[in-house]
Amino acid sequence: MSVSLPGFADPVLSAQSSFRAILDAMSRPGTVHTAGHGLTPPAPLGQAAAACLLTLVDAETTLCLDDALETTRDWIGFHCAAPRSPAATAGFLMCHELPDLAALDAGSDDAPQDGATVVLQVASLCAGQRLTLSGPGLPSPATVAINGLPADFAERWAANHALFPRGVDLILCAGDALLALPRTVRITHAHKEA
Amino acid sequence: MTGYNFAYLDEQTKRMIRRAILKAVAIPGHQIPFGSREMPLPYGWGTGGIQLTAAVLGPDDGLKVIDQGADDTTNAVSIRRFFARTAGVTTTTHTADATIIQTRHRIPELKLTDKQIIVYQVPQPEPLSKLESSRAETRRMHGLAEYGLMHVRLYEDITRFGHVSISYDYPVMVGGRYLMSPSPIPAFDNPKMHMMPALQLFGAGREQRIYAIPPYTTVESLDFDDHPFRTTRAPHACGLCGAADSYLDEVVTDDRGGRLYVCSDTDHCETRRTAGHTGTESPPVDAPAEQAA
Repeated sequence: MSVSLPGFADPVLSAQSSFRAILDAMSRPGTVHTAGHGLTPPAPLGQAAAACLLTLVDAETTLCLDDALETTRDWIGFHCAAPRSPAATAGFLMCHELPDLAALDAGSDDAPQDGATVVLQVASLCAGQRLTLSGPGLPSPATVAINGLPADFAERWAANHALFPRGVDLILCAGDALLALPRTVRITHAHKEA
Repeated sequence: MTGYNFAYLDEQTKRMIRRAILKAVAIPGHQIPFGSREMPLPYGWGTGGIQLTAAVLGPDDGLKVIDQGADDTTNAVSIRRFFARTAGVTTTTHTADATIIQTRHRIPELKLTDKQIIVYQVPQPEPLSKLESSRAETRRMHGLAEYGLMHVRLYEDITRFGHVSISYDYPVMVGGRYLMSPSPIPAFDNPKMHMMPALQLFGAGREQRIYAIPPYTTVESLDFDDHPFRTTRAPHACGLCGAADSYLDEVVTDDRGGRLYVCSDTDHCETRRTAGHTGTESPPVDAPAEQAA
């Protein structure tokens, strides 16, 4: 086992700026923010995804890694120290492809905040499947283009959204860019443009 | 300041609070329990708000702190100085210049923007606390969206007084789902929360709860079709700046019944006076140039 790659150069201020990027993204769904600039996480972990983990995950949370990210286990274990957990009970999931949202912890009616946070690496946040978002945080419906989500994502998300206030929240990362989809957001396929 | 982490709190605590904030934003109006820390001031002096500010604040932020609308009261001055010393941030009294505004019991008169975050200090986060003393029970009521009790309370006010007699901490529905305490802001400020472009965070230190309203979220003050929610303000204009639409403080000026009504938002009042607005109690303009003319 070797953990030769460093975490945040400035653990305090980098975590703060990353958090503000995530907070802005969560408050205004669909807006793209940057985080983790300058980080050198082990492949295939991207900068924004690594910044999310370093900012939010620690020994007090549980983390589930999907198989594609198994090679980054030592780095995450060293820097975050989060106990590993199966997907069904994990507080945080770091994924390379969208997990079955219905199989994750969605919290309870009394404690919906126990619902999981999924950090998902995708290929691009500026090209690909076009989705229209609406809900809290959006003054008017906004369209995003994401490459790396399954074709039936809008339907799968609708099932998660219908659980509100229960549900899981999603942070999508590509390189050093991220955007968030809190459980409140409604997603429909954007009309195909010519 | 040496010997302390940036913004006083340790990183472990900040991460715990940051996780709670993100879930609070994802579930608008829902109270999230958190491990409130002891701060170097007593519970009841804004420890919830301070912990939120400490978890959010960065070196590039401009911080404004108000207490009942005023920048110059003890609580506001000491919290502003606390963050100036522990985080080295720029502090300001101008609403327009601030990126983070920590407040006790008011929302500034100036419309907030989508570049700002407003942090409320909350003494009692549970809107049902006076109707149901068991926290286990109120948690269940929130889970089931069972808010009939609060409507009965408003109805009883109407039968007794002819109107709803709540003048501050007036309960609101957030995003059509959660009943929420807006903290003890005057009901006058409630409409400002509706579809506000700024992110609104609420922290209750003693009660150990964090909740939030994302930008552009519906916030409705509870009412009835035949008794719609109404805001009230003292029927006067500000004595210093003449504002007829701001929330006013009543100041007793002597022991013969003298009263002065002034803007509760001191920055709003100062900005107006600087722009040349005057009220009935404005000091006389002694302009030598005019006398010479």
